[in-house]
Amino acid sequence: MGQRFHGRFSPTDIVMWLIGGGLIFLAIWGAIATLSAGVYSARHWIDFVIFGLAQGSIYALIATGYTMVYGVLRMINFAHSEVFMSGPYTAYFVAAAFYRSGFLDAHPIVSLLFIFIVSMAISTGIAFALERVAYRPLRNAPRLVPLITAIGASFFLQYTFRGLYGSGFQAYPVFKMLEGHWTILGIRILRFQLVVILAAVLLMLALYSFVMRTRIGKAIRAVSEDKEASALMGIDVDKMISMTFVIGGAAAGAAGVLYAVMFKQVHFFMGFIPGIKAFTAAVLGGIGNIPGAMLGGIFLGLMESIGPSLFLDGLGIVAPYQLKDAIAFTMLVLVLIFRPTGILGERLAVKKA
Amino acid sequence: MNGGQSIWKSAVNIGAIGALTTVLLSLIGMVGAFSKRDIIYEIVTMGHTLLLTVGVFLSFLSAKRASQKGLGRVFGATLITGILTSGGVALLVIVGKTINLRMVFVNASPALYQLLIFGFDASFGVPLLLFSGLLCGLFAFLLFIAPPILRRILITGISSVAIAGVLQDLLRPIISIWGPLAGINDVLFAVNGLTLGGGLGMFLIISVVMFFWAHKGNKIKTKISTLPPGRQRMLKTGTWLILAVILIALPQILGLFLSEVITIVGLYVLLGLGLNIVVGFAGLLDLGYVAFFAVGSYIVAILTSPELGFFNMGFWSALPFAVIAGILAGVLLGIPVLKMRGDYLAIATLGFGEIIRILVLSDWLRPWLGGAQGIGKIPNVTISGYVFSTPQQIYYLILAGCLLVGFISWRLRDSRLGRAWMAVREDEDVAQAMGINLVATKLMAFATGAAFSALSGAIFATKIGSVYPHSFNVMISINILCLIIVGGMGSIPGVIVGSAALVGLPELLREFAEYRLLVYGAALVAMMLLRPEGLWPEEKRRRELHKEEEPEAVPADAQGSA
Amino acid sequence: MKRTFALVLALTFVIGIAVFASNAQAADPLGDVKIKKDEPIHIAYWFVVAGPDASLGEDTKRGVEIAVDDKGGKILGHPIKLSGQDTGCNAEGGQAAATKLASDPTIVAAIGSNCSSEAKPGVPILWKAGIATVSPSNTAPYLTDPKRGPEYDGYLRTAHNDKVQGAVAAQFAFKKLGVKKAATIHDGSVYAEQLQAVFAEEFKKLGGTITSQEAVAPTDTDMRPVLTKIATGKPEFIYYPIFIAAAGHITRQVKEVTGLEKTNLMSADGAFSPDFYKAAGETAVGMFHSSPDFSAFAGGYKDFLAKHQKKYGEKPIAPFHAHAYDAATMVFAAIEKVAVKGKDGSLTIGRKALRDALYATKGLKGLTGTLNCDKFGDCADPRIAVYQQTAENIKKLENPQVPFWKPY
Repeated sequence: MGQRFHGRFSPTDIVMWLIGGGLIFLAIWGAIATLSAGVYSARHWIDFVIFGLAQGSIYALIATGYTMVYGVLRMINFAHSEVFMSGPYTAYFVAAAFYRSGFLDAHPIVSLLFIFIVSMAISTGIAFALERVAYRPLRNAPRLVPLITAIGASFFLQYTFRGLYGSGFQAYPVFKMLEGHWTILGIRILRFQLVVILAAVLLMLALYSFVMRTRIGKAIRAVSEDKEASALMGIDVDKMISMTFVIGGAAAGAAGVLYAVMFKQVHFFMGFIPGIKAFTAAVLGGIGNIPGAMLGGIFLGLMESIGPSLFLDGLGIVAPYQLKDAIAFTMLVLVLIFRPTGILGERLAVKKA
Repeated sequence: MNGGQSIWKSAVNIGAIGALTTVLLSLIGMVGAFSKRDIIYEIVTMGHTLLLTVGVFLSFLSAKRASQKGLGRVFGATLITGILTSGGVALLVIVGKTINLRMVFVNASPALYQLLIFGFDASFGVPLLLFSGLLCGLFAFLLFIAPPILRRILITGISSVAIAGVLQDLLRPIISIWGPLAGINDVLFAVNGLTLGGGLGMFLIISVVMFFWAHKGNKIKTKISTLPPGRQRMLKTGTWLILAVILIALPQILGLFLSEVITIVGLYVLLGLGLNIVVGFAGLLDLGYVAFFAVGSYIVAILTSPELGFFNMGFWSALPFAVIAGILAGVLLGIPVLKMRGDYLAIATLGFGEIIRILVLSDWLRPWLGGAQGIGKIPNVTISGYVFSTPQQIYYLILAGCLLVGFISWRLRDSRLGRAWMAVREDEDVAQAMGINLVATKLMAFATGAAFSALSGAIFATKIGSVYPHSFNVMISINILCLIIVGGMGSIPGVIVGSAALVGLPELLREFAEYRLLVYGAALVAMMLLRPEGLWPEEKRRRELHKEEEPEAVPADAQGSA
Repeated sequence: MKRTFALVLALTFVIGIAVFASNAQAADPLGDVKIKKDEPIHIAYWFVVAGPDASLGEDTKRGVEIAVDDKGGKILGHPIKLSGQDTGCNAEGGQAAATKLASDPTIVAAIGSNCSSEAKPGVPILWKAGIATVSPSNTAPYLTDPKRGPEYDGYLRTAHNDKVQGAVAAQFAFKKLGVKKAATIHDGSVYAEQLQAVFAEEFKKLGGTITSQEAVAPTDTDMRPVLTKIATGKPEFIYYPIFIAAAGHITRQVKEVTGLEKTNLMSADGAFSPDFYKAAGETAVGMFHSSPDFSAFAGGYKDFLAKHQKKYGEKPIAPFHAHAYDAATMVFAAIEKVAVKGKDGSLTIGRKALRDALYATKGLKGLTGTLNCDKFGDCADPRIAVYQQTAENIKKLENPQVPFWKPY
């Protein structure tokens, strides 16, 4: 819709393509230089890929929450990062209690399951309350207004949790069965990374089939296509929007526990960066598009892990991992230059809210 | 919502909210921290005031809900809400004394419980706490039945005293530089908080002034509006003159710290006016606006700092380069994102902001940009020997910048370009069909916004004297966006009001450090819920937003007065 | 009416300025603080207590508060009033906070700041108002550099100059452990970047090789990729003088990276705290930290921890609480030294005298060692030792008691 300027190429188009082409050229040049230097063995590259996949699948899970909310409300739910933080931060106290009592080591799977439930419940509750208090009254306001309440809510939640649980770090206990590594087909993979990747894939499949197959999922999709028409078809729009937040919150809560299993530390500020990354992932994949969000998350995770070594090391740039976010965002801009609506394209109704 | 049942239900609901709020306030440590500060010396602490305010406010709310149903019900509703609010805290005390909540909640200390039950034994303190809840309810009830003028006087008087108490550490130094008036300090303030006499006196003075204004205010207003046009014009120029005098004299009246606050607000006004063009006029959501601020600061730093020693220019010769670099950066960002819309644009610009910050931080560019150690020794601005170094002096620099930029954006808004921006904001496709050159229009918006931002960055660099990458994080962009929307999108005075509210107030409340961002967040939500159009909206936009309400609002008013 | 108003306004100024000017003559060249009977002695901190680095400021704030408690809340019979400003760990926050303190004439002395970037613009503002400040956690060398300029004359610190600590770490690695190849990681903070630069310089001077100098962001969580890159250089030693969160991630993840299983790890005092052991868990066993040698005063620190637990219900959350405690102790001692008691129970404290007394601090026994201030305000005990973490102290979430190695 109007994304192409009719017919001819304007000078800005040419500049744009030059920028894009230049960046791609630099990336290829860097990659060739790195590979021909031979510093990294195949083993290293495989490790990079696994690291990236594990990180990326967590981004992907959070991104689904963003993308679903965007689908129905056309708004960036900035406070989603705090939804992601609240669950695992609260569930930490459960985990710590289990650990102290020895229950965690005796029944690791039961405890992990319980931690998941607590985390998802808290995140879901926060997401639900958030929608009721901060977004629902603004359903018909200009579209930047809910963005501001989202930012406000994000601050509020961060500092509320800081006040409640303190400003220090807490660290999840070690799950003994997830320590160490497995060797599959000659590839050494850390146990919890495999578990995190598998759990994330399972959760995303469940989420996807829920949205595609169930009645509620269909209703949510209907609402994201056209609110008025769905209301006419007898769908309770407010309820479906709440449901969207509940599902997104549950996914964030689950992602939070996976994050805690992988990185151990929880903190009141832990949601901010993953939140921004996940939103980037959602946009990268094509916003409003659930498979797109998943793909975007994985792509972003891989870029952060491989990118600095592959593209920058060969160019002789020092401390390349400091620039990993710059690479991730440059990739984002590159993707958007050539595909202005993300990798998989956006799945939004043509009518813009 | 009709029938007696629902009133009690709503009173209970509001009471539950009250209980939750007060318990939360206690557990996040606000009550504990604030109890160390007195409002009235050794009589009322800020912690208590906080809890009481919640109780009274919510009870008043439930009184309003019940207002149609007779005074008896109103009375009952306020009492229920009041006692429920205090009941939550009482429950917290009782639970906390039996179970150690501190394993989870760091602030749930024995000291907190002692504080909540006024330092008495639990058997006496808990009933006392409940009783104080009842008192809150009662007070709210009295407030509700009081005549409007009395209510207004009471609320204004009490809140002014409370504010004076809260801001004691701010007001005392300011008053102390007022020469002969400095004696006020000794009367008004005790060691910690206001003196009892000072508090009461202040309340009385405010009440009298309010009472007088309520009676004579209208008369004065009508008198002014009936003046002949010549006199009116004189009055208007007079007001402008006084305003100008105040603007010029401001730093001398306000002293060091408030001048500093005003300079910070001024920098954000500059930034806000720039982003207002991009977001408010042209409707392009830019979350990476801090990038241009960084460009302006760093260009000035690189060109002037003897620490790097590349150019050693003065500020005035570096300034044009900074602004031009800002414009170039604006265009450079503008071109790749031209075809993106809405939130794709938001995230791409956010990325751009982060890329700039990461690059200036990087070890890679360290020899040229200073890396993590930043760039220091940026010289002060001088105009023919006069050095701008203290906040009181820098104030004038920023005032000049604000006036210039404010004037430019005011002229731009009504220009051909300004109308083109607004057309693009309303509907891109239609605007293009009407013959507006989208590319040029959008690029102009980015470039103008970036130029203002770079100017602000340049002043920022000389004000601080050193630049660090950490000063240019994404929170700055978000803060600027918040302030233009809270002020009223597209409105130039709104930017000033927004900066004062979202930058000035948090600066004033710097001493409440750990809670100020919490309050900031809650206030953002509250402001947007109550006034989605912003504090000082643009005329056109206000009408648009209230289009549906207006025809309804008029008859409702008519009914009310009938 | 307008004219009268303007006249009144102008008159007020003139009188105000006159009074202001006449006030300026006092016994102390920078002015005195007069404290009447029963009035409090106002001491202010400027720490980062909000935002992502809040734990650093919260921790130091608690150190100061415990020092006040230990003093019984009183100096020379006057209560201590402690107020504070948030600095946000950035230059503009430091400037605003310092301006606010500078505008309050009742403030006797300040404690802060946390981040060196805050101190750079902040200290001159405070000193212009005659307020001396003692920082518990600034480590950047330029703040106590001989060439720093007179505007930093009111500045002292109980934290270590990076120059001392980085060099000790390099000597330890090269001489004691006998490693020849080392890699460093910093997090883009002024502190870490400087420390690793000093380390690298000294290590190369001793004859070692630096395989790579990497950087991460303090908010990064997945360190495995950057560690994999480091592994390609096959270092025997990794030095990462960064803060708790990122250091915890690196410590946990380094053993999971192929090729780094046996590498020696070392961090600095920025991560030498119980909170770090929580963050890194058992993976920290065997790693090294550089920190002041406070073995002689360990009893005092134990007491401190007990008080901390009682007052705040948790262990210290960042590494600089003991330095903050010492900074406050230093300020109290200096006030006691210079305050002149009046007959009416009032106190007079000369600002220049207080600053000189602070600089004259010698042999003050603190939690972090014996404090001796040099003429540029470096007061920390220069004896830095290296500690090794054992399974036992990690489990108890306590710092190790006995140094593993001492350079002197």
